[in-house]
Amino acid sequence: MSGGAPVLEICNLYVRLPPGADREYAAEDVSLQLHAREILCLVGESGSGKSLTARAVLGLLPRPHVHASGGRILFGSEDLLAVPEARLRETRGAAISMIFQEPMTALNPVMSIGHQIDEVLRVHTAMSRRERLARVMQLLEDVQLPEPARILGAYPHQLSGGQRQRAMIAMALILEPKVLIADEPTTALDVTTQAQILRLIRNLQATHHTTVLFITHDFGVVAEIAHRVAVMQNGRVVESASADQVLNRPTHPYTRELIAAVPALAPRESRKIDAAPVVLAIRELRKTYHTGGGLLSGGGRTVHAARGVSLELRRGETLGVVGESGSGKTTVAHCIVRLLDPDAGEVRLGDTDLCRLSRRQMRPFRRRIQMVFQDPFGSLNPRYKIGRLIAEGPIVHGVDPEAAWMRALELLQLVGLDQRAADRFPHEFSGGQRQRVGIARALALDPEILVADEPVSALDVSVQAQVLRLLADIRDRLHLSMIFITHDLRVAAQVCDSIAVMRHGEVVEYGPTARIFASPRHSYTRELLDSVPGRHWEVPAELSVAGG
Amino acid sequence: MSLLTQRFRYVGRRLLQAIPTVLAIVVINFLLLQLAEGDAADVLAGEAGSATPEYMAQLRQKFGLDQPVAVQLVVYVKNILLLDLGHSFRHDMPVLTLILQRLGPTLILMVTTILLAVGVGILLGLLAATGLNTWRDNIISVFALVSYATPLFWVGLMFIVVFSIRLGWFPVSGMENIAAFHIGWVRVADIARHLVLPALTLSLFYLALYTRLMRASMLEQSGMDYVTTARAKGLTERRITFRHIFRNALLPVVTMAGVQVGSLIGGSVVVESVFGWPGLGLLAFESLFARDLNLLMGIFFLSACLVVVVNLVVDIVYAFLDPRIEMR
Amino acid sequence: MAHAVRSVRHTRSAASRLREFWRLYRRNRAAVMGLLILLCVVVMAATADFIYPGDPFNLAGKPFAPPFGEFLFGTDSLGRDVAAGIVHGSRTSLLIGVVATAAAVTLGTLIGGVTGYYGGWLDDVLMRITEIFQTIPFFVFAILLVAVMKPSIQSIVIAIAVVSWPAVARLARGEFLSMRNREYVQACQVMGLGDARIIFLQILPNTLSPIIVTGSLMVATAILIESALAFLGLSDPNVMSWGFLVGSGRTHLRTAWWMCTFPGVAILLTVLAINLVGEGLNDALNPRIRDR
Repeated sequence: MSGGAPVLEICNLYVRLPPGADREYAAEDVSLQLHAREILCLVGESGSGKSLTARAVLGLLPRPHVHASGGRILFGSEDLLAVPEARLRETRGAAISMIFQEPMTALNPVMSIGHQIDEVLRVHTAMSRRERLARVMQLLEDVQLPEPARILGAYPHQLSGGQRQRAMIAMALILEPKVLIADEPTTALDVTTQAQILRLIRNLQATHHTTVLFITHDFGVVAEIAHRVAVMQNGRVVESASADQVLNRPTHPYTRELIAAVPALAPRESRKIDAAPVVLAIRELRKTYHTGGGLLSGGGRTVHAARGVSLELRRGETLGVVGESGSGKTTVAHCIVRLLDPDAGEVRLGDTDLCRLSRRQMRPFRRRIQMVFQDPFGSLNPRYKIGRLIAEGPIVHGVDPEAAWMRALELLQLVGLDQRAADRFPHEFSGGQRQRVGIARALALDPEILVADEPVSALDVSVQAQVLRLLADIRDRLHLSMIFITHDLRVAAQVCDSIAVMRHGEVVEYGPTARIFASPRHSYTRELLDSVPGRHWEVPAELSVAGG
Repeated sequence: MSLLTQRFRYVGRRLLQAIPTVLAIVVINFLLLQLAEGDAADVLAGEAGSATPEYMAQLRQKFGLDQPVAVQLVVYVKNILLLDLGHSFRHDMPVLTLILQRLGPTLILMVTTILLAVGVGILLGLLAATGLNTWRDNIISVFALVSYATPLFWVGLMFIVVFSIRLGWFPVSGMENIAAFHIGWVRVADIARHLVLPALTLSLFYLALYTRLMRASMLEQSGMDYVTTARAKGLTERRITFRHIFRNALLPVVTMAGVQVGSLIGGSVVVESVFGWPGLGLLAFESLFARDLNLLMGIFFLSACLVVVVNLVVDIVYAFLDPRIEMR
Repeated sequence: MAHAVRSVRHTRSAASRLREFWRLYRRNRAAVMGLLILLCVVVMAATADFIYPGDPFNLAGKPFAPPFGEFLFGTDSLGRDVAAGIVHGSRTSLLIGVVATAAAVTLGTLIGGVTGYYGGWLDDVLMRITEIFQTIPFFVFAILLVAVMKPSIQSIVIAIAVVSWPAVARLARGEFLSMRNREYVQACQVMGLGDARIIFLQILPNTLSPIIVTGSLMVATAILIESALAFLGLSDPNVMSWGFLVGSGRTHLRTAWWMCTFPGVAILLTVLAINLVGEGLNDALNPRIRDR
């Protein structure tokens, strides 16, 4: 792997941010070495500067606000920060290529896929039309796109996320570059698709002998494909060593903290839940959407978001609903709290079927089921102070405003925030803190049941661990029952007593977490488990913090 | 089903969708009729005092003015849809014929204006966006800003003062020199000479609109992810601007052009009356003068139909430009 | 496990919010200039009776007196003072512009907001209606309305409002539609808040910025429509109007060009100023990194 001169070397790179940003440098004195034919993973949380460092290599920083102000980037014998623009253009796409995170927006929506890939050849080579066509078709096959001839003339919106990313990879590898820079290419993809793309990248890298700089925030992905790892924090590289070293014997405290926060894939001890009474019973829930169509419009699509879903929640239990996007898990969650009206089925809370109630009748029941949302930025009204946001629910239900405010202050303490936060606005807090406020808000009405819709998916991994601990703590203290929606099997393993796996609107498998992880019965569950990146890697025991 | 058949079905379906719109306009006309002063027959007869008593009686009977309102509505709608828009005594011909006669000059003016406004607007917007914050951009932006604030009628009059009266380059009014009886290409040249000032006047406002829109659209597209990808492929800035950004930036401009057609007809009323251009706009102005509400309503109806057709054409053009839109 | 609150900006009182707003607005120099011009026009309108007392329709001197002589902008074909006409006309334009826009914005926001929030058949109906209004040549429609209702300040205001509200409704609908699916709105629904409370207290304050900007630009459009109507002869006969001045001068272009020119310049400056202010508002209410 290593040995010999590095293919690409970043020496003491400084990337400057515009005045007014939270720090002066996005990347500060960053030094990295990429050796031939290896995959180097650059890991860090959001805001660590990893993405901007990668972009600096090809001169893709959003100038003039953000620019490289010092250091060298050595490729071959040249310093890429010093070469003229024309030389940089020659290098881009030919000697060094890059792929990005969001395949939908990273491709030109009005140009066909074939045309966009062909463009690389037209700009860098003098190949004839026939030669170019043959080469493009070859690449489309290499990246395992079905029906390459059809894809050639297709537009980005006609392909799935995974297919678009394959097309991007084809575009990047068509001229056999020495280095491929991949900026979080699988973050926006479903877990099963992610596994396929990671496999593809690994295979192509081996066949074409490409060196890969892979940016990610997910240590599972690191465990899956990295040969070497560099960890970044606040613009600095804090640790850089072989993958085995960093994953199993990390030295820097920040790295240790990050790895400790990764939930292990081993399911938690099952607690004695079986004897508890059932508090919520969902039977044969159905919901279908009709999009498009309408009078004189023709067409329109029908989406069966939920097809006969049945689940049971016992007191004190955390029931996980796991699935990829489009599985219907969010629809089910919204039906439970009556944000949506299901087409058929029951949601029984105690003796009452919530689906039969009118909106007015539903009101008193709302106190008993509350929801925690996914997006820390969108789930709080930006114009209201925190205190008001938390107290509003109880006030609307008739609680005296003074008492409601007092309760809000108590809750803030319960979720680990300073009471002074009640006088501040949401934008003054970080993502993790906002999620805590969201939890406090949900608890304000003293619910029995909490529905958490991907509550940690938008958070950095270190913050994620804290919020998960908080949720577990609250659940135990207040004797709550929880329904936990997630796409992340690691999180589900840590937090849930039982799991329901959903796919295309149906529950394909349902049972205690330990059993499902140990011996999954449905093929899809097996596929899901196999797709978790880094599943063979065990988080070092002495670092792991119990999920609670 | 072949692509062509699919497209035909799409057009057919869109025309069908336009029917409720047309009906709504007829109903609006009817309501205005009720709102207007005097007997409905007075209004329908057109210019006050110019119709014969027999005709008035005939009208009363035909429109069933002694019947309940609902019946009147049905009769009215039926008549309009049969394209019986009434009779103009002043011009001594059916309203429909009169309108169709004047449609030609208005179309000439409108088409020229659209080509000018959209074409030059896109060009200026492109120039401004590619030379961001340079003197080129600043001049174009200021020009667009001022033009956008300028009243049409005033600018037309100022053009006449400067170019027709003081400089004598262009004729003061009219569409052609009727007394000269030109034919063939000479006639075309004559009309073209008369067309310059009116077209320039009418297009000024819309040109400003499209310039600003194109500039903003180009700027918005420049920040998109696919531009970074294109750069990462090693494309020159020139290629990125013209092959990638430009095509995407055009889309909102085309949409806006469709929306503006209705506004354009209103503008032509003003411009045609300033320049004496013998089109629908001037007819509307004249009917206002003569208090011929019936003629005005007829113009209203027909111009609305025109807008429906133009909107459809724009939609089809847009569908060709944007592969995300499926014509089903 | 108490986490300290992150270092925080001052709690925002109303006065400090205003100061912040002005700071952002000030960055756009053209917008400040526009504001100044607009203020001049408003002052002119407010003090019209002091600057040029009396009825502007009264004869003041010899007909066709050239400008920059005894009379600042000359006199018209009957001997009326053009400058007096311009000063008094500013009242009409501002009044009609502001009132018509206020009506259109209120109506449009209400209708658009409610249909955007509830969706369903209400939304379909509204979309159909705005489509129809988009198709109608709005200026011809305005002419028709004013002609039918007989020209007066009321009828002009009504006509402009009727023609303008669909655009606001479409904007409001779009905003409410996107807000409706935001999680903070969903949270309110799950907590059991009533619809009225959600629409007015939760969503509306967050959608005000684009509506305010659109509204301010609409005042400019309203003034252009009003002056065009007046030019065609559809102004309130009892009230002086800029468009009327231009219209009355069109037959005398060769001999008395100033009759048309100066009132037109007044319209141009006022509309320009309003547009600049509107853009300044936009920049101040939606601040983002300036790379324009």
